[in-house]
Order: sequence, then C-alpha cells, then structure tokens
Amino acid sequence: MSMMDLARSKWSGVYPGNPACSGCPHNIGLKILGKVLGENSVLVVPAGCTSIIAGVWPKEGLGFPLLHVPFASAAAVASGIRASMDKSGRDGTVVVWSGDGGAADIGFATLSGAAVRNEDILVIVSDNEAYMNTGIQASGTTTWKALTTTSPIKGKTEERKDLALIMLMHRIPYAATASVAYPIDLAKKIEKAMEIRGFKFIHLHSPCPPGWRFDAGNTVEIAKLAVETGAWILWEFDRGRFSISPQSRKYVDKKNRRPLEEYLKAQGRFKNLSDNDIRYIEAKLDEAWTYILNLEKTLSKS
Amino acid sequence: MMRRVLIGNIAVSEAVKLANVDVISAYPITPQTIIVEKLAEMVEKGELNAKYIRVDSEHSALAAVYGASASGSRVFTATSSHGLLYMYEMLWWTANSRLPVVMAVVTRSIGPPWNIHTDHQDALTIRDSGWIIGFAENVQEAFDMTIMAYKISEDKRVLLPSIVALDGFILSHTAEPVDLPTTSEIDGFLPPRDPSPFKVEPGTEFAVGNLGPDEVTMELRWLIWRAMYRSKYVIEDVDKGYNKILGRNYSHGLVERYRVEDAKYLIVSMGSWSGDAKDAVDMLRDEGYEVGLARIRYVRPFPSEIIRDISSDVKAVLVIDRAVSMGSGGILYSDILRSIDRRTPVKNVIAGIGGVDVNQDHFKMIIEEFIDEFEKDEYHNWNDTYWFMPWMR
Repeated sequence: MSMMDLARSKWSGVYPGNPACSGCPHNIGLKILGKVLGENSVLVVPAGCTSIIAGVWPKEGLGFPLLHVPFASAAAVASGIRASMDKSGRDGTVVVWSGDGGAADIGFATLSGAAVRNEDILVIVSDNEAYMNTGIQASGTTTWKALTTTSPIKGKTEERKDLALIMLMHRIPYAATASVAYPIDLAKKIEKAMEIRGFKFIHLHSPCPPGWRFDAGNTVEIAKLAVETGAWILWEFDRGRFSISPQSRKYVDKKNRRPLEEYLKAQGRFKNLSDNDIRYIEAKLDEAWTYILNLEKTLSKS
Repeated sequence: MMRRVLIGNIAVSEAVKLANVDVISAYPITPQTIIVEKLAEMVEKGELNAKYIRVDSEHSALAAVYGASASGSRVFTATSSHGLLYMYEMLWWTANSRLPVVMAVVTRSIGPPWNIHTDHQDALTIRDSGWIIGFAENVQEAFDMTIMAYKISEDKRVLLPSIVALDGFILSHTAEPVDLPTTSEIDGFLPPRDPSPFKVEPGTEFAVGNLGPDEVTMELRWLIWRAMYRSKYVIEDVDKGYNKILGRNYSHGLVERYRVEDAKYLIVSMGSWSGDAKDAVDMLRDEGYEVGLARIRYVRPFPSEIIRDISSDVKAVLVIDRAVSMGSGGILYSDILRSIDRRTPVKNVIAGIGGVDVNQDHFKMIIEEFIDEFEKDEYHNWNDTYWFMPWMR
C-alpha cells in the first residue's frame, strides 16, 4: 500500500460536499477506510458526528452500505450482521465506525462483549477526545485539564482511559493505534486487519478543529504534532506480537521528540495549562511510553 | 401433529426451532432463561441450524438480532421485566426500522422490591412502540403464537416486530399437554423469510436510519400506524390458517369471546388468569347471572372494533387489569374506554400486581360485586380505579 495506490483507488465511500465540518478528521479516516475496504463491506455507525456526515435523506454523504444504530449498540449489531452473513455464506467485511463516546463510554460493555466473543468484525474508533457531536463535552478519552463545555473553566479533572490497551487485554488477535496524519500507516493497518479472522480494533487519533480549538486547515498538522511530541504513540499488536510502528519508532528516544508545548499550545482547549500542568502531562506520557516499551519487550513473539 | 407435555418456556423454544430461526441472541433473566438455555442446547447439539450470540446485556441482545434481521435473517430473542426495560431504546429502533424480529416476553413484575412473579407491567410498558403484542392464556397458545408471530411480522402488509407474552411461572414453568405440528406441516405454513424490501449487505449503496426530514419522520410513523391497523386482518387470517393446518375447527383471532352471545355483563381480561376468570363466569352462569368474558389475545394492535361489537348490548363492563398507568388507571381499561360506547358504564379493577394470586373465587367475588354495584345504581363511583387487595379487607 502506497500513497499512489490510495490515490488510484477510485471508490472511497465518502462523497464531496458532505455535511462534515471543515477540516473534519472523520472524513479523512473514512476516505482511507473506504479506499482500502472497497465496496464489499458494511458499516455500522452508532450516534455521533458520522450520523450527521452520512447526510440527511434523500441525500447521502457516504457511499458505504450503512446501518445507523443507537449509541450503545454498534458492536452487537455488527455481531448480528456477521452472524447473518456467515449463516447465509456471504463474505465481506463488517466494520463498526464509532466515536470515543460510542466505544469507550456508553458503548463499552457492548464493545467488550463483542471482543470477548472474538467476533469477526473490525472496530475503528475515530477518537476526537470528547463528545463533539453534542457540542464538545468531556468524554472518557478527553485529556486531563482539557477545556470542554462540561469542564469549561478548570478543565477536565479526571485522567483519560487508554481504550486501545484495554481492548488489547481482551486477548483479541489484532489491535492498533493510528492517526489521520499517517494515511499509509492507517491503510496498512486496515489492510492487515482485513486479512485476520476475529476481532480487530483500531484506535484512530482524530483532532477536531472546533472541539480542540485550532484552525480547520491544521487537522493533519495537529495530528502529526501529537505523534512527533510523543503525545500519541503509534503501535500495533498482531496475533501475539506487539510492535511500535515505524512512524513512532524514532520518538522512543525522548531527545528526538518535539517539545510537548508545541502540541498543547497549538490548541485552544489547553490554553489554561500552567507549566506545572504541562510537566504533569509529560510525566504521564513518559509512563505511557514505558508501558508501551515494556509491552513490546514482553509481547515480541514473532 | 404430536402431543407432548411441556412447560411454557420449552414450548416457546420448540416453536422457535420449528420456525427454523437463523440467529438467536439473549441475556438471561428469570423467568425467561429456560427458553434460551434450551435454544443454546439445540444449537450446540445441531438440532437447530442457527447462530447463537451470547451477549453482554439485553440491549445488546436486541441489537444483535436487529443487525441479523437487517441482514435478512429470521431471528429470535427473549426477556422479562428489567431485561425488557433495558432494551427499551432498541425496541423502538427495531419497530421504526420495520424489522420482523420476534421476541418472547415472560412477564414479570418490575422492582423494587425484587420480585420475579408475574404481572403485565413489563410487556405493556412498550405498548406504544410499534410492536405487535400477543398475550397467551396457556402453554399451547404460547407455542402457537410464537410460530404465528413470524408469519404475521414477516407479512409484507405488516413488517413490524412481534412480542409473545406469557405469564411468568404460571405458564413459563408449568407443564401442560401441547399439540405440536410436524416440521413438514410448518414448512408449508411458514416458508423461509423473504427479506425484501431491504437487506443491509456488502455491495449495495444503501443506508438505513439516516437523518430524516421532519415530514419524512412523521410519514414513516404514519406508515407504521397503518401497518398496525392492517395487521388486525393479517392476525385473524394467520390464526385461521394456522388452526386449519392443525385440524382445529376454531379460531379466536384478536379476542376470545367466552359466553358473550347473550351476556348482559362483560368481563375483559388478558393472559393466563383468564382461565380462572372463565371458571368464575361458569359458576355465575350456573347461578343465573348473564355474564360473559372477552379475552384480549392481541393488545397491540388493540381490537377496538371487536370490543365495540361485543359490548354493544351489555349493561356494564368490568375490566380486570394486571398493570397500571400510575396517575391514570388500568392500561386495558383506558383502551376499553376508548373502544366502547361512552354511555356504557365501565368498572376498572387492578389485581394480581407483583404476582399476587387471584383465583376463581376471587374473580367470582370481583364480578359479583361489580354486578351488585351496577344493579344498586352505585356505578357513579366507578371513576375511581379499584385495587383488589383482599388481605387488606
């Protein structure tokens, strides 16, 4: 999979002029997803931004065969579709495309259930780190201290949960993190996931211009900064083997990372951070890196 | 046809097997659990070629069969009480998507206090959602109605999900002789599901559930309203057809009419206790009372026309409810009031909540009191819903 392959693939499942906000990361992710998946797929979408992006009937913002479902039901609905397709001998990929709310919070029990059953589905969580569709309320994956409309002055008082690692611990065959700034990495991960029978999970980092308060032209730039400052770590767990992805490899050495301030200060949601807060976030990220490096060391079966 | 002695829960699972269901998903809850345990066993033994999805909750159970139904499969789930309430959002989503999902609801009281015994509050709480709701009187009916539910729901004039309600323990755990049709008898009656007009599958550029303009949303609700109305005729037809293949020469359809022909007083009831109510009617008939009983078999769609017809010559109506709308009255009562001539006096009795036993003598007492009050011209007090709690007398 190369940039040329992606560009050549005509079908993307995403129509131009759909109702996504300017600079929306979901559109980027969906486009890559569509190009890799092709038309032999079904998308299950719980409530969230993508419910809007899909358009108001009779218009269509997305070209995937698509089932809109209530918030906490997506992974179960996908399991039902899979069972139905298996029963009647149809092939094709069943994908849940969800936000952080639908996966990490209200839909977590359902997601966990499907993972434990090792359902043959691919779950992609396009994580914009808050409930953006309802107007930027704090979620389980919102960063500590980030300003949201439910943490408007002091910022979020709780830590974020690491959904991808939680899913990894379900002993599923495939889990990975990805970023909308690294389309080839994402495309390869989707491609690999499609080859595997069983539960596949991809946690996609998706910076949201209105939600994070940055210019709509900078979505990819912010996503890239997250990786380059070490704030978002790209990794992959493939049937027993855990590895830090090439794009994040050089940031294992902290000296190669850009200063965390560059990422945080580019976003309005972090404008209230003190220097101490930034040091605290950095210390937490160092912990996360240690964790990831230890996982790589432990789960290095080739 | 063959005859076996089965408890209600096993009878329902045998019906699901005969209906040749493709996908089953459920979460255990008393008193429903035996249905899905039995189905899981049938699938593992290879007696039923279906996929069984063990989910994390009732919400996920209905979501899973919703997905399978949207992909064209024939599906089944079952629940009770809190499980049904936990499904609530998905219930509406399923009906509004026009998918012919079939579910058994083994009725059980809603807590607190924790109580596993029957009343009709759980099943009736979803009466406005667009599900067809049938209430069985006995184990045979629980079996029959489950098979018929597929025929009714999958009918192109209907395309709405169905609930078969059977009273917890009284039917679910009680053994009765049941006549079971053979596979070949059922195969002719219930062919494999034709999933048209839509099926969500790879390779189609097709979405279900997109944002809808307000007028479209209202039109879709109106179409469900009309389908509900049409389903009255479909239910009557399906009931006749089903009874015919079993060689029965009767069909109750939406309402069973019991000794109503010359009745001056009409009793309305629903569910398993109707057997006791019929015994009370028989005893009163022996004593010379002109009393008959209308047993509601399908509460949604509500058989208003039939009730209007049966009640046209009666002096007064007594509605015995096993569920209540707090601040309003009995749930059947309000449907009956809406259906009959406004000049006919109606008394409403709430009884049997939380599984409180109501036997034939209790019914006789309730009916005698109702007739006595009417004959003494005391029915102006009937505006108040009366709670039958003999231990407090």
